[in-house]
Amino acid sequence: MATLKELSKQNELLTGGHRLCSGCGIPPIVRLVLRAANGPVVATTATGCLEVGTTIYPYTAWRIPWIHSAFENAAATISGIETAYKALKKKGKLPGGDKDIKFIAFGGDGGTYDIGLQALSGALERGHNFLYVCYDNGAYMNTGIQRSSATPFFSNTTTSPAGDVIPGKQEWRKDLTRIVAAHNIPYAAQASPHNWADLSKKAEKALKIQGPTFMNVMSPCPLGWYTKPEDSIKWAKLSVDTCYWPLYEVEDGILKITYRPKEKKPLEEWLKPQGRFKHLLKPENRNLLDKFQARVDLEWQRLLDLDGKRI
Amino acid sequence: MAITMTKGQAGLTGNSAIAYAMKQINPDVCPAYPITPSTAVIEEFASYVADGAVSTELITVESEHSAMSACIGAAAAGARVMTATSSQGLALMWEMLYIASGMRLPIILTDVNRALSAPINIHCDHSDSMGARDSGWIQLYSETVQEAYDNLIQAVRIAEDESVQLPVMVCLDGFITSHAIENITLLSDEEVQGFVGEYNAKTTLLDTDHPVTMGAMSLPENYIDFKFQQSQAIARSRETVLKVAEDFGKRFGRKYGLFETYRLEDADIAIVILNSAAGTTKVAVDELRKKGLKVGVLRPRLFRPFPFKELAEALKDKKAIAVLDRADSMNGFGGPVFNEIRSALYDAEKRPKVVSRIYGLGGRDYKVKDAIAVFDELKAIAETGRVETLQKYITL
Repeated sequence: MATLKELSKQNELLTGGHRLCSGCGIPPIVRLVLRAANGPVVATTATGCLEVGTTIYPYTAWRIPWIHSAFENAAATISGIETAYKALKKKGKLPGGDKDIKFIAFGGDGGTYDIGLQALSGALERGHNFLYVCYDNGAYMNTGIQRSSATPFFSNTTTSPAGDVIPGKQEWRKDLTRIVAAHNIPYAAQASPHNWADLSKKAEKALKIQGPTFMNVMSPCPLGWYTKPEDSIKWAKLSVDTCYWPLYEVEDGILKITYRPKEKKPLEEWLKPQGRFKHLLKPENRNLLDKFQARVDLEWQRLLDLDGKRI
Repeated sequence: MAITMTKGQAGLTGNSAIAYAMKQINPDVCPAYPITPSTAVIEEFASYVADGAVSTELITVESEHSAMSACIGAAAAGARVMTATSSQGLALMWEMLYIASGMRLPIILTDVNRALSAPINIHCDHSDSMGARDSGWIQLYSETVQEAYDNLIQAVRIAEDESVQLPVMVCLDGFITSHAIENITLLSDEEVQGFVGEYNAKTTLLDTDHPVTMGAMSLPENYIDFKFQQSQAIARSRETVLKVAEDFGKRFGRKYGLFETYRLEDADIAIVILNSAAGTTKVAVDELRKKGLKVGVLRPRLFRPFPFKELAEALKDKKAIAVLDRADSMNGFGGPVFNEIRSALYDAEKRPKVVSRIYGLGGRDYKVKDAIAVFDELKAIAETGRVETLQKYITL
């Protein structure tokens, strides 16, 4: 794997000057993944922050061939592109001659956990050769912070507001990484942009593998989390150190935790600075906080029990 | 079931003929999802793939939405792409139909016309393709198995024409045409290949040395300009449809135009009707002509772009016209074909009386006697100059 110094000398495939918010987790994720491709790469993006923020006509931030078509179909779109590549390669009709091209689909949690899940599942089952990267910022941030099935427990969103009677989102989040792994694809992983080395290693591994691979990446969102832009990477790190967002991979069916915090931090440390959890810090909501912590502990324990095992 | 044959006569269903045309065209990619009554197209094409009769990559997607999405991805990557669907399948694709045409991708789709739910029904009407009439796709309608086969082959050239670059939908009637065996004349593989030619997309995602951004967001500064260009392109395609039909006729002897007329020229009254029911109407015309009645039929082949000038020219001297729609726009101003035909005639000097009749929804039979009853009504309208009922359902 390349060192940070070497990485920093590579050409940026997603240029600066795009319109994503300062402190947004998406650009560092995309840049790290594209760097890991290390060769010709074609990408598609589901409708969402990344698409809107990088391609307002006549500008584009993409230095690679890139397409957006709709919200729920990034996996189906990349299926078509990758299949066209196979068909044209077979006929010797690839522009610029025979070459190995990597295919990547990017989608947010709305476009992946929710509306795009069917297309993703279909593409995984069919075994296309591509990497799907979900940037999970925990809500429909592009349309103004509506809850998705990735939204954390009790989170205050515009469609799960922390009201006088209902204190935010009532449901635990969907465990998409495990759902994807259950398709028995060669590689699925969770990552976070604060740990660039872990993320890059996973992306490199995923892109080398033939067949469908998947990465679910924690993506801080100052707008929807009500946090300071300059602290984003810190909160990404704390999501991992509290074990809310464990870093692990499932390779050929074997689950492996790739980072174990030396000291598992209390969940409250991650929740406290985020405006979306402000209501949880009220004394009368202590029980909710405890409930949240208990569920995080349970999920982490489940993962520890599976570490190193075939799932 | 794989059909092995060379040029010549063959008894084929509409679905088999479409699958066979696809085999002869040998597209690069075919994303497909089964739905009655178009399923056999995909089944038979899958057997051509399995037997190595084509070099196409078949993607058996998990929904029609993904079928059209994969068509878009593959076409954007420079592949020649074809698929087929019906009814709910086309409805599920609806979002992506607009994106395919907006991105100017020459995708070919066969729509085996079937009613839309509810109530669920698997039989023929045109509510599916009529629902997609404003999606920016070129629409060709086919009366017979032969025409469906010929239309599909011509569709490739129309879609890929440099001045057009738009998707084309070829429509044929579910079960009536898709499942009925008709004796048709097939072209040889070489003739089809020679006619459609090699496809080399100008801009493709796979040209990694020349990266392009496709599907960018466009705000009020540009959106309407893109749509204007798209509108100009589909308007231009009218000429391309004629040019391609002319070449097809020259090479293979079968002539096609924007629409077909049957004993229309000296007719006083006429029925305008799409697809297979035109055949039934022609039988009624022959019967009535024997009795000395001046009746005729106009069958639109190209519905999008809508050749309003030529249609008006062909119909302007009639006394009374009934436009029969196999789709209702549910309390719009008559059925969709009626609405546009009547509008096309607005500028005619002697405006014919034009009435709307909705028939045959969900596969209800349309018989010769139904056509004769409509002609009887038209006769009365022509004689009195009075329209009793502007729009109504028939075949109830």
